[in-house]
Amino acid sequence: MGVPILKQGEVLIASIQAALSDHDLEQLRDDLADQVGRFHSRGVVIDVMALDVLDSFAARTLHAIACTARLRGARAVVVGIQPDVAFGMVQLGLSLDGVSTALDLEEGLAHLGSLAKQGGHRAR
Amino acid sequence: MPDDTCIAIERDVDIVTARQRGRELAAATGFSTTDQTMIALAISEIARNIISYAQRGKVFLSPLAEAGRRGILIVACDGGPGIPDIELAMRDGYSTARSLGVGLPGAKRVMDDFELVSAPGTGTTVTMKKWLR
Repeated sequence: MGVPILKQGEVLIASIQAALSDHDLEQLRDDLADQVGRFHSRGVVIDVMALDVLDSFAARTLHAIACTARLRGARAVVVGIQPDVAFGMVQLGLSLDGVSTALDLEEGLAHLGSLAKQGGHRAR
Repeated sequence: MPDDTCIAIERDVDIVTARQRGRELAAATGFSTTDQTMIALAISEIARNIISYAQRGKVFLSPLAEAGRRGILIVACDGGPGIPDIELAMRDGYSTARSLGVGLPGAKRVMDDFELVSAPGTGTTVTMKKWLR
């Protein structure tokens, strides 16, 4: 099942609606890399609020999405990690080192906005 | 009492099915949502190991009741190549496939009992239990 990606100005918002298979996660990674280029996006928000589990594959793929976006000139932020999900990740020894996170969509967008201000026009 | 379940693991979507069934059984057994998440996470890692190393196998889920305590039993088995060095496979950060190497040691950490039986050529069986507190 695909993840809808919404384009809002210079930001892409991927809003995960239901549990994703490994293939779905890889598809999301590819779709976002493609759309960042197509729409010249500067930011990507990945909303994982609907996910009840983030396992090692999901953590690795989110990391890959963030790194890929960065290499394509956009910044990514993962939002909506639920408390139990975060606790599970910690217990399992998973982290999202190097990936920006925010509590929810609103804070994620604010984070991207502040990065854009700091960085100026396309400068990093 | 909920019934036993056996889920065939042959494709990546079966990993999702297995962990969802595990969460349902854990909820029916009375586990907190935090423990349900831990159980789902452990099943996810173990089921993915089947796909990564053995291509196909099974995950068996069952409620446990013994000596006045209740819990959940998870058995994952495959007829794959087996694990030559179990001690190494249980080490954090060790992986031979495209993974982070947290699957087996991580699953062990979030469960109460964890047993891995494997030998080259005979496949792998992981037996995990978590008890209700």
